[in-house]
Amino acid sequence: MAAPSSTATPLLKDELDIVIPTIRNLDFLEMWRPFFQPYHLIIVQDGDPSKTIKVPDGFDYELYNRNDINKILGPKASCISFKDSACRCFGYMVSKKKYIFTIDDDCFVAKDPSGKQINALEQHIKNLLSPSTPFFFNTLYDPFREGADYVRGYPFSLREGVPTAVSHGLWLNIPDYDAPTQLVKPLERNTRFVDAVLTIPKGTLFPMCGMNLAFDRDLIGPAMYFGLMGDGQPIGRYDDMWAGWCVKVTCDHLGLGVKTGLPYIWHSKASNPFVNLKKEYNGIFWQEEIIPFFQSVSLPKDCTTVQKCYVELAKLVKEKLGKVDPYFVKLGDAMVTWIEAWDELNPAGGSAKRPNGTA
Amino acid sequence: MSQTNIGDDEVDIVIGALHADLTSFLNEWRPLFSRFHLIIVKDPDLREELKIPEGFNLHVYTKSDIDRVVGSSYTAINFSGYSCRYFGYLMSRKKYIFSVDDDCIPAKDDKGLSVDAVDQHITNLATPATPFFFNTLYDPFRKGTDFVRGYPFSLRSGVTCALSCGLWLNLADHDAPTQALKPGHRNSRYVDAVLTVPARALMPVSGVNIAFNRELAGPALFPGLRLAAEGKLRWETVEDIWCGLCVKVVCDHLGLGVKTGLPYVWRNDRGNAIESLKKEWEGVKLMEEVVPFFQSVRLSQAAVTTEDCMLEIVALVKERLATLDPVFARAAQAMADWIKLWKAVGSGSGSSRPSNG
Repeated sequence: MAAPSSTATPLLKDELDIVIPTIRNLDFLEMWRPFFQPYHLIIVQDGDPSKTIKVPDGFDYELYNRNDINKILGPKASCISFKDSACRCFGYMVSKKKYIFTIDDDCFVAKDPSGKQINALEQHIKNLLSPSTPFFFNTLYDPFREGADYVRGYPFSLREGVPTAVSHGLWLNIPDYDAPTQLVKPLERNTRFVDAVLTIPKGTLFPMCGMNLAFDRDLIGPAMYFGLMGDGQPIGRYDDMWAGWCVKVTCDHLGLGVKTGLPYIWHSKASNPFVNLKKEYNGIFWQEEIIPFFQSVSLPKDCTTVQKCYVELAKLVKEKLGKVDPYFVKLGDAMVTWIEAWDELNPAGGSAKRPNGTA
Repeated sequence: MSQTNIGDDEVDIVIGALHADLTSFLNEWRPLFSRFHLIIVKDPDLREELKIPEGFNLHVYTKSDIDRVVGSSYTAINFSGYSCRYFGYLMSRKKYIFSVDDDCIPAKDDKGLSVDAVDQHITNLATPATPFFFNTLYDPFRKGTDFVRGYPFSLRSGVTCALSCGLWLNLADHDAPTQALKPGHRNSRYVDAVLTVPARALMPVSGVNIAFNRELAGPALFPGLRLAAEGKLRWETVEDIWCGLCVKVVCDHLGLGVKTGLPYVWRNDRGNAIESLKKEWEGVKLMEEVVPFFQSVRLSQAAVTTEDCMLEIVALVKERLATLDPVFARAAQAMADWIKLWKAVGSGSGSSRPSNG
């Protein structure tokens, strides 16, 4: 039976880090202050490291620019993208907390239909702290939400659910469209507030957007690598997509859940569709091969940790997608470098062996 | 307003009458139903005469019609109670069917506007479904939304939607234990979304508020899983859940879609969950076997119509479930009979797998 959540949501202020990639400024934090101030921020500064990014007063934070990343990771820094918000995953790696919430610097507090300001972080925490239900679809959506429950026909043996690894939030105003869609519908705005959280069923892939995302670092952190994007790479704006496909396959294999829906944030900036098209161009063709690849991936039973799953995935990426483009061979190597770096910076967690080719 | 070109004459509204007096029910639905043809099937167990208000274009079927058409050749099929509506599906000759329980009335949306459930279901069925990849902004064919970044372009034309599952405000379709535990619980959350249930994901389909493409889904919607103590309240049945699992497995195999979400109907309070629970707990127990069974069903390449798929499912039910409980053996027989009956009496030749499937 779904438990009623009439008690207040815990703040988790000592267990959650907020990771923000930025290249310009952090003015947007002022609007979030009532909700974010209790938390520790990890700012990942992209672009020119000699520029100073001012963090508004009163926030507790650590900030890393490219020089810091190179110093901390040494040669392994090659796996962290430059000139792309994909660099944010460095923040996941250096965090020491159980939960991560990541948000883009052009995302503001949204209002629900009653006009009330939405505390996105609180909703993400609710999503992560309550179970997911990936094995059978509940037509009334998340049965663990207040005012909801399982419908007739839902087997009782499946009602405990599984731990939630990822909470994927949505966006009002500027929707997360690709460049071709943006070019065809430049004026479309997402005004529909859908009051639902739901678990994405096992075996189903989805496009994971990194703009408004939270996850349990202990459960899935090492799979949250945002790939090789931006400067010097043939592709951009597929960082979160790549992470999402790897994460979903890993979660499905390990019996973890991924939720999507609430909370909404207000996405204020529409990036230039022509710039986007150049970045996404290869991705639009490659995703036609990438999706069938992820849909058919089968991880061996002995992949019992996230790192093991991820290293196996890296191997398969090089093997199967390498023929699509040499980029995927580089990406597969970077995935392995990422796991090595993750394990170095997070020695206590995970039981992964050194990824030297043996599973 | 429907964005589709579906004519009113392509739709039948099928109502299973478990209550004799349909006056207030039909009057509540009049603004939405009056332009359609209605098929009313009277529960063969109901003794009193049906009371139906004037002004509708309808056809009424009763026990004598059922006996005449079905005769004595299909003994495994029992049309009593909620199953009476399936006779209406058999008799219909329209492309789309909308069916709603006779204890439901039109709902109002979150802005207080009346919901046109028929129009929403037709829109759901007439626009493509997207089962192969999840769109995080839900149904991309709804006005004001689209496919999101990262959605493969080759999957954007979607597939035909065979089944549209609506939801309920007020008395939601929970099972008896759940409702008994929270007797005051009512669903007041209006979720403004339609979404495609992904391929290979199974779900409990509630018969309270559904619509479907008759050719594609008809052969899979039938009185199959009948509980020993099945009653006249939804808490005392699981027949629709069984059909829904058949439909989903068939759709997944044939590359068709199932949508869920809008429209909502308002479901009136009726019955007592605790009484139903005392009387009938068998359904809850059976789900523990039913769901894993359907999750394991794999159909052959040779099954290219809904009827083909259903016959393969019959064989699997006989093989794997029939020994567990006699109710499954009866269900398999009912399924086999239904396919024969559908071929004999229902029109159309069933669905085919798309040629590039």
